Amino acid sequence: MSYLIDIVLIALSAALINNFVLYYFVGICPFIGVSRKVEMAFGMGCAVTFVISIAAIMSWTITTFVLMPGAPLSAWVAGFFVSSESAAKIDLTILSYIVYIFAIASSVQFVEMYVRKFFPLLYKSFGVFLPLITTNCAILFACLKIMSNIVGVDDPADAWDLGRSLTLAVFGGVGFTIAISIMAGIREELELCDIPKPFKGAAITLITGGILAMAFMGFTGVDSGLKKAMTPAPSIEMKAPQNTAQ
Amino acid sequence: MADQPTSMERFIQGILPENPVYRQLLGLCPTLAVTNGMKAAITMACAVGFVLLCANVMISLIRNLLKPHLRIVIFTLTIATFVTIADRFLAAYMYEMSKTLGPYIPLIIVNCIIICRCEVCASKQPVITAASDALGQSIGYGLALSSVAAVREILGTGMFFEIRVLPTAWPDWVIMVLPPGAFLTFGLLLGWVNWMTSRYAAKKQVKGSL
Repeated sequence: MSYLIDIVLIALSAALINNFVLYYFVGICPFIGVSRKVEMAFGMGCAVTFVISIAAIMSWTITTFVLMPGAPLSAWVAGFFVSSESAAKIDLTILSYIVYIFAIASSVQFVEMYVRKFFPLLYKSFGVFLPLITTNCAILFACLKIMSNIVGVDDPADAWDLGRSLTLAVFGGVGFTIAISIMAGIREELELCDIPKPFKGAAITLITGGILAMAFMGFTGVDSGLKKAMTPAPSIEMKAPQNTAQ
Repeated sequence: MADQPTSMERFIQGILPENPVYRQLLGLCPTLAVTNGMKAAITMACAVGFVLLCANVMISLIRNLLKPHLRIVIFTLTIATFVTIADRFLAAYMYEMSKTLGPYIPLIIVNCIIICRCEVCASKQPVITAASDALGQSIGYGLALSSVAAVREILGTGMFFEIRVLPTAWPDWVIMVLPPGAFLTFGLLLGWVNWMTSRYAAKKQVKGSL
């Protein structure tokens, strides 16, 4: 049950509360560049969601089995060269950035080839965006977030499993799609407005994004409220807020 | 290579005429994310400058060995190496700051500015030009970051470099240090820069015709 609550909270916070674009500012380039038409924006969002999920699976696997301090695979390899005590302490996290960016770049390349070969229709709808995605910060950001939740925690039991990592990635992608689609819808209307000349293009998009971000700030606190509602609290704690209300 | 800009031109162009943030709209993630205080913005600009300089020099040195279809991968891996160095350095000597900047230091890897400079300048021109180009672009980037950060910090907290400049009666515009403030400030500044540029260009034209 608590696992389910965890998943729901991670999903909500990735998609709405801490939206990738409007809260963490990752993926701003496509947010401004590819948000002219709703169909294009939606295609971009789908492509990002797709790649981000694959990248999350890869980064979780790499982090858990190779990079983490005392990771099984690297410890096994190191066991051939050094004593088993020092092999168990091996820590490759310093290589994480290089490994992640390499994993992302190569997976994007493979996904593009695969989709072009086997799903030509799908390739037509979002394949053109795939090469652009390698340099999309959102992907690397998701990988880093997953890493910090595996390596950065003190208690090994708190480290994220594949399910949590995948939830973060998929719903982060969904949040990106939501934000960029809303933005594209607004921009289609903006085409008809009389905007001062210096503000045309990126400037008005950013200001609109600011107002959107303000709207998304309304979700702040939803996660803690939901957590309180979903976890059965002990009766003493239930009484306390009533007393203060009186 | 007669039509390639010289070192001095590259250096000057990076600061204002081809400012990476305001004119090329590159590297917007950190521009929006770490500009809620001047200190964070300056540290970020220094980190980007270090990575840009090292990557540009490195790419320029190996530019004759690059294979066209592999060059983007090489750029990215070079940048990732220097970003790791910058990240470890910050974690060792400025621990608090590296906590504040958090994931945005590793995100320098996918910052379009650096890949763009490697592609446009460093992979075609010799080391001196590449280095001066990197310096110019980093100064331009630092200026852009600190302009956004100055507006946000002063309006949001009434302080500049954590020293109070506005009277204590100033009601802090908390929205300025929150995410929406970044979008609003940068959008308005960008519009203002566009307006100034068009006015400057118009003046120049009038002078030219006289």
